[in-house]
Amino acid sequence: MSQDTEKRDRPWLMRTYSGHSSAKASNELYRTNLSRGQTGLSVAFDLPTQTGYDSDHPLARGEVGKVGVPINHIGDMEALFDQIPLGQMNTSMTINATAPWLLALYVAVAERQGVDPAQLQGTTQNDVLKEYLSRGTYIFPPAPSVRLTTDLIAYTVQNIPKWNPTNICSYHLQEAGATPTQELAYALSTATAILDAVQASGQIPPDRFTDVVGRISFFVNAGIRFVEETCKLRAFGRMWDTLTRERYGVTDEKQRRFRYGVQVNSLGLTESQPENNVQRIVLEMLSVTLSKNARARAIQLPAWNEALGLPRPWDQQWALRMQQVLALETDLLEYGDLLDGSPVVEAKVQALIDGAHEEMARVEAHGGMVACIDNGYVKRELVQSHTRRMRSIESGDLKIVGVNCYQESAESPLTAGEESGIMRVDERAERDQIASLQAFRDTRDNSQVQQALQALRDAASDGSNIMPPSIQCARVGVTTGEWSEVLREVFGEYRAPTGIDISPVEGSDSDALEGVRNRVRRTGEELGRPLRLLIGKPGLDGHSNGAEQIAVKGRDAGFEIVYEGIRLTPAQIARAAQEEGVHLIGLSVLSGSHLELVEDINRELDRIGATGIPLVIGGIIPEEDARQLQQQGLKAVFTPKDVDMNTIMNTMVTIIREANGLEPAA
Amino acid sequence: MNAPDTDSTAALAAAIAAADRAAIAQALNLLDDRRPVAREQAAALLGLLQRDQDRAGGHLIGITGPPGAGKSTLSAALIRVWRRRGLRVAVLAVDPSSPLSGGALLGDRLRMQTSAEDDGVFVRSLSNRGQFGGLSAEVWPMSVVMLAGFDIVLIETVGVGQREVDVSRLCDTTCYVAQPGSGDSVQFLKAGILEVPHILVVNKADMGAVATRTLSELSSALKRTHPDGDWQVPVLATSAASDDGVEALADALEQHYQLLLSQQRLSQRRRHYQSYWLHKRLLEEFGSFGIERLGGEQQLLAQIESQPMNLYHQYQTLRQRLYTAFHDINS
Repeated sequence: MSQDTEKRDRPWLMRTYSGHSSAKASNELYRTNLSRGQTGLSVAFDLPTQTGYDSDHPLARGEVGKVGVPINHIGDMEALFDQIPLGQMNTSMTINATAPWLLALYVAVAERQGVDPAQLQGTTQNDVLKEYLSRGTYIFPPAPSVRLTTDLIAYTVQNIPKWNPTNICSYHLQEAGATPTQELAYALSTATAILDAVQASGQIPPDRFTDVVGRISFFVNAGIRFVEETCKLRAFGRMWDTLTRERYGVTDEKQRRFRYGVQVNSLGLTESQPENNVQRIVLEMLSVTLSKNARARAIQLPAWNEALGLPRPWDQQWALRMQQVLALETDLLEYGDLLDGSPVVEAKVQALIDGAHEEMARVEAHGGMVACIDNGYVKRELVQSHTRRMRSIESGDLKIVGVNCYQESAESPLTAGEESGIMRVDERAERDQIASLQAFRDTRDNSQVQQALQALRDAASDGSNIMPPSIQCARVGVTTGEWSEVLREVFGEYRAPTGIDISPVEGSDSDALEGVRNRVRRTGEELGRPLRLLIGKPGLDGHSNGAEQIAVKGRDAGFEIVYEGIRLTPAQIARAAQEEGVHLIGLSVLSGSHLELVEDINRELDRIGATGIPLVIGGIIPEEDARQLQQQGLKAVFTPKDVDMNTIMNTMVTIIREANGLEPAA
Repeated sequence: MNAPDTDSTAALAAAIAAADRAAIAQALNLLDDRRPVAREQAAALLGLLQRDQDRAGGHLIGITGPPGAGKSTLSAALIRVWRRRGLRVAVLAVDPSSPLSGGALLGDRLRMQTSAEDDGVFVRSLSNRGQFGGLSAEVWPMSVVMLAGFDIVLIETVGVGQREVDVSRLCDTTCYVAQPGSGDSVQFLKAGILEVPHILVVNKADMGAVATRTLSELSSALKRTHPDGDWQVPVLATSAASDDGVEALADALEQHYQLLLSQQRLSQRRRHYQSYWLHKRLLEEFGSFGIERLGGEQQLLAQIESQPMNLYHQYQTLRQRLYTAFHDINS
């Protein structure tokens, strides 16, 4: 045995991103996962919690407990960590716009458990800038958002020293279409924008600033091109080392280390032949573990069936077992870095670094990362990259097994059976949550609540750190909606640029597109005016890739497109459809709340007398729901299986023709 | 050709006058429709809309300016001011279309910056549909329908060149939004490429020194009296992000409108400008051959302006004459 094997490395933190239905149900799930060998927690919050609404807010309808756990107040947070001693736990919270609030609740629960908050360990994602570009759970305009981010960082560095206050995310940038070069450039530009803001806030004494730099961590994505991805992570490490040394004068090598957690790609997971996702996930995990010098600190893997719906506990267990096999059975952790000295790897890493530097310079030329949110530069670049990716899948240049090649398949036993291989959130969860919230409100001391909210308002207005009054709010029973509402009043709300106003990408023209274009033009002539399409993203879900790609493709196919971004209410969608005189409404919903939202939109259309406009929907929609939606009158349901967007366009033309009494197939 | 259903056209006109949103949306679809039977009904509808140029009523406002000047944000801020003043507002936003596919991305952040629950706001987008640089001919009749149901109709478009000229020949009051730091607007004004607007705005005044410089350059480049006479062109600074100066802009727009009303020039202006659009629409429908049949452009315009008849009745009559003429040629 070599010397290396005796010093086998400690494995990374193994987590599963989870949470659903209620604090109680999620707590049971966490305790089961911990007993199965999971070594940290990764909390998924539902969309109302992430966007600052209580479970009984009208916008929360259909979203409560769907993509994560609903947390309205300290009672929920206490139930979530029942019998889990926070002093010994390492908890990662995927929370951004409301990050200061959820951390405040976590601190208040620790106090109740008798744990000194200074001992707490974990991570708040707290990277709002990427929310404007992908994922979409921002609330306030960029400037006050950055201020909240810096307040949390300044507070934890001084009071909860082992906390990772922000996890700069390149993960969601890749999901929004970023190439590896763009991922490097935008994540590092975000990190410097945040660090500069902390420095400028004056909350940290200059001699302690390197501690702040040392607490910055990253959340990275790894796609299927696993060689390039490994190189990307080596590039990240090298660029961060240089940047922290040169820009912030960090001398301690440990504080310059690129510390990152990872969730491997769910963008590339397929609905067709979903069992193939298992090998995709394993290969992607290799890319973040292979190189010891660029190895992840924490890994969470998606479940094989994420493109179908919500994973069940067994699916999540399978994902955890993949990590355990790699870490415990293989000899990976016995060796030093396997890739050091490889000229092939070195050349690739250098190319990525050079490209990233060029893109970072362009971001600077456009005013820096914060300005680039508002002027739309980065979002447009991402939409452009994603459009290129979609075109190469359509043309077959980019091969996806089971999707655009080798589509023939025997029936999968995995998706057979009553549940079709996914989990359903208990329909009573939303009702129960609302009832318990209303009961909780009655138990509070209202004068204490009002006092705490006033202190919060004062801090928001006068610029003092938002954390202390937030923690006081948590203690006295303020709710998520109340905390957010005060800040909405002070900071205002924001709508980010959609980024779809890009030039047609090269190689877009094809015979198939030309065919659609002719039908769109001809049908427009037959109906007397150009075909108009409203693309609506109702609900709180901010995953807008699909909507954006349909908008761009629709424009290229000759439709007049109305797309006004994410988080629209059913009333807004119905009204826009009427005012704009559209021929068809296309909805995009990924959060699982499609049944409620479609029902609401139909009701709104009826109410304002905008009847007869055909409705189609795209998203992660289980087959059973698809049937139900079609019974409700929807003309088509598109899922991740429908990768050929020319076919989608053609279907929409056919539906418009049918709805207007024209020969459908013509 | 099928005769349009006169009953339903009359019902539609009545519903528009009662500001029924569904009816207004339906009428806008109709005015956009290029099929002959729809054109027939559209002409009948316009003839029925009693709110003609002789009756004081809505204020038709044009907002133009280069891309990136912040027109949508400024429009949204103006809408908030008007709504606070109890005025009902319709917007016609004109966006460019792709010359290749004919497709277009319509709408911007304007609708979403105003409340969706508010019945007092209505936004319709229109693509430019490859008009030779100008505004498409639908804008004129659509603005007529909107004026029938709203106190203020705002036409917003990226405008320099023909589109900006078209806007200034349609609206009662035009407002040009300049981009701080760009000398283009000043150059355009000096070179006479830009029609002189009634109000000049430098938006994004929060940009500080840059905005101040643009403001003073524009003030000095501009002859302060508008060619219309009797109107000193104000050069205003606004910051749509913080609502600064937006009330003052709304006041200036109102002052110009009151001036037109007090001098009884509103109807004369509208008649003058709308004859231009009537000509434009007939040209688009019947081509230059059709215009020749009506005696040529100059004679047509003079004739339209001289007749006391309702313009939309005239439009209908002229179309009938052309149809008869074409019918005679063909038979």
